[in-house]
Amino acid sequence: MRLVYFAAVREAIGVASETCDLPAHVRNIHDAIHWLASQSPGHALAFQDKARLRFALDQAMVPLDAALGDAHELAIFPPVTGG
Amino acid sequence: MKRVLISGEPISEEVALSGLSDLGGGAVSSFTGISRDDGGVTAIELEHYPGMTESSLLRLIDEAFARWALLGAAIVHRIGRVAVGEPVVVVGAASRHRADALEATAFLIDRLKTDAPFWKKEHYADGMSVWVDAKSSDDDRSSRWS
Repeated sequence: MRLVYFAAVREAIGVASETCDLPAHVRNIHDAIHWLASQSPGHALAFQDKARLRFALDQAMVPLDAALGDAHELAIFPPVTGG
Repeated sequence: MKRVLISGEPISEEVALSGLSDLGGGAVSSFTGISRDDGGVTAIELEHYPGMTESSLLRLIDEAFARWALLGAAIVHRIGRVAVGEPVVVVGAASRHRADALEATAFLIDRLKTDAPFWKKEHYADGMSVWVDAKSSDDDRSSRWS
């Protein structure tokens, strides 16, 4: 799965995107965040406060408990601040 | 007329709103958001999610057309570094009578603030930079429209 990061999440992890083979037990975004947080100190820092994260699957906003299904791209980012 | 534009160059309000007054209606309404000097901020920097940004703004315009009797709507948003005093976003709507354009303009900017994938960083004169936190007052204004 392609993972894309924005703003403070991108800066904490150190890359704007990466491709990961998520383990079979990872079914939803909550599982994915939990697994990703174990991959590096930067990931752990970026994902430590789940209440301050937002998610999009294939460019559509979804909640933390959304199933990954057949999605190709998971985006993880802070609450948006445009305008 | 539906216009969505993400611009790395300074926005001209005239260009952003062009055409809205030629649609045969009696009203054009617009909102311009300007980079503000908040406690020593010299510039802001806007990051976005290419692809999702454009589709989310078009969806907002489609929703506005479904709710109000509009003849046209435009959203033009800056990305990259924006100096204090420059426009960050211009939103406009055209309709036969003013109420539709006025309400649609408020809807578009309120919902853009909570739905469109942009992130804002403030740069200060001393070289410091800070990501802006989302405001609960923006959530409140946005939820008025649900």
